[in-house]
Amino acid sequence: MTVEGFFERLRTEGRIVIVGASLAGLTAAETLRAEGFTGSLTMIGDEPYEPYDRPPLSKAVLLGKASPHRTDLPRRRELDADWRLGVAAAGLDLGARRVRLADGDEVEYDRLLIATGVRARPWPNETEAQLDGVFVLRTRDDAVALHRRLGAAPRRVFVIGAGFTGSEIASACRYQDLAVTVAERANAPLVGALGGVVGAVAAELQRENGVDLRTGVTVTALEGDTSGRVRAAHLSDGGVVETDVVVVSLGATRNTEWLTGSGLGAGPRGVACDAGCRAFDFRGIVTDDVFVAGDVARSPHPLFNYQFLSLEHWGNAVSQAEVAAHNMISPSADRRPHIWVPAFWSSQFGVNIKSVGVPTMGDQIMITQGSLAERRFVGAYGYQGRVIAAVSFDNTRWLQFYQQLIETAAPFPLEYSTVDRRPEGRRPIPADFPDPSLPTHGPTVTLSGYSPVDRRLVFTPARH
Amino acid sequence: MRVVVDLNKCQGYAQCAFLAPDVFALHGEESLVYDPCAGDEQRAQLARAVAACPVGAITADGTDDGAAPSAGPVRGTSDDR
Repeated sequence: MTVEGFFERLRTEGRIVIVGASLAGLTAAETLRAEGFTGSLTMIGDEPYEPYDRPPLSKAVLLGKASPHRTDLPRRRELDADWRLGVAAAGLDLGARRVRLADGDEVEYDRLLIATGVRARPWPNETEAQLDGVFVLRTRDDAVALHRRLGAAPRRVFVIGAGFTGSEIASACRYQDLAVTVAERANAPLVGALGGVVGAVAAELQRENGVDLRTGVTVTALEGDTSGRVRAAHLSDGGVVETDVVVVSLGATRNTEWLTGSGLGAGPRGVACDAGCRAFDFRGIVTDDVFVAGDVARSPHPLFNYQFLSLEHWGNAVSQAEVAAHNMISPSADRRPHIWVPAFWSSQFGVNIKSVGVPTMGDQIMITQGSLAERRFVGAYGYQGRVIAAVSFDNTRWLQFYQQLIETAAPFPLEYSTVDRRPEGRRPIPADFPDPSLPTHGPTVTLSGYSPVDRRLVFTPARH
Repeated sequence: MRVVVDLNKCQGYAQCAFLAPDVFALHGEESLVYDPCAGDEQRAQLARAVAACPVGAITADGTDDGAAPSAGPVRGTSDDR
């Protein structure tokens, strides 16, 4: 059969299976149909819900502006898909092109998209994690449970981890006038994602809004009462905080366990794929029929030294799913690369925080517009003499300009004048990221090697 | 009606908050908060907000077939029909 004939047949009669029925999975399905795919489409999701949006769960929902039950994603078109919801994928047979489901059923595919995302990292002590009043926040069910408990007038909420989610939860609690303590291992909130210079601003923001922020501490134990309800958190500095709601915000773990032993290059850091979203097997050979998109993917990016980036970003899930869907049904000459510039947002304590590029690669920062003291500014991050990222606090309109600087590898420090440039922003200062060898939960971008400049290769195959 | 806003694109112009104040609101200077599940009585206001957003950041049910402007480069390929 000719190549054209093969793809014509794939587009009209092929069987496409998408594992993961959230933002990336839905976007890919919509894109496939939009591009004229008329074959069979199966959507597999471990949660019993149709695709819903997660960012509102830590923002609008906790602020009381939306119901946790009703954040379903809009549908831009009819999908005509076979939905297998509430059943997780349990295994993959690459040779037979089959996905095995947790209920024992099996689904065959011609093209597979892996979009299984991440899940909240639980509190490591299982007994303590089981205490009534201990929550994580990732899924709709998490949000429903937490929302209900916050509505029952708790005396104090205790948040473990001041990354974006933890900070947003603290913000929502203060908005509802709930007492809240935040414990963070680093010396400020958001340090893992944005560095210490910006972290110091985030710390001030929390304290001014009445958050009892404890930095440089870890939580050593959660204590329950005789009825199994959490009553206190013990800190590494000897402090004890009485609380009846604990929210564990220690970042996320990638959902790749179901691929163990499949032969794919999948592990705790995600599923490796090429810039065209095709999955690598564990030998580093690219597959032709398995694609990856969203939080679970790690893919190389030319702007960032071809490092494999794992991005837990809403916009990445959309963009990568569109590229993956297009490439799944296109011959190689028509395929597109996924070279989306990382971007994310957070809103907390009434401040809009946005970023483009990869701040964690930056070793220096300069405040090119506004001022840290006013908490309205743009900071540009530099790496090896070029602009690698930017962050804005209540200054989002300028970010697109910085994105162009990043895309064109503009020189750093920025020499020319910018609107609202202040004297203190003329010189770069260290961005103050924590030692990357220490575990942090904050970054929403994980640099996971191998950079071509590393000139070394460590390869340890897991039980394959 | 289900609604989602691409908050990477959103630049806080707040046109939506004026046109559909029961769905969209600014929280602070430029943070947008919205109800992802607007009531059917909001349909007309919502359609106006989708059309008025200068950066095309709002997607609602069925906007592919509606009067919505192209949502820009990220969703451009699938919005363009």
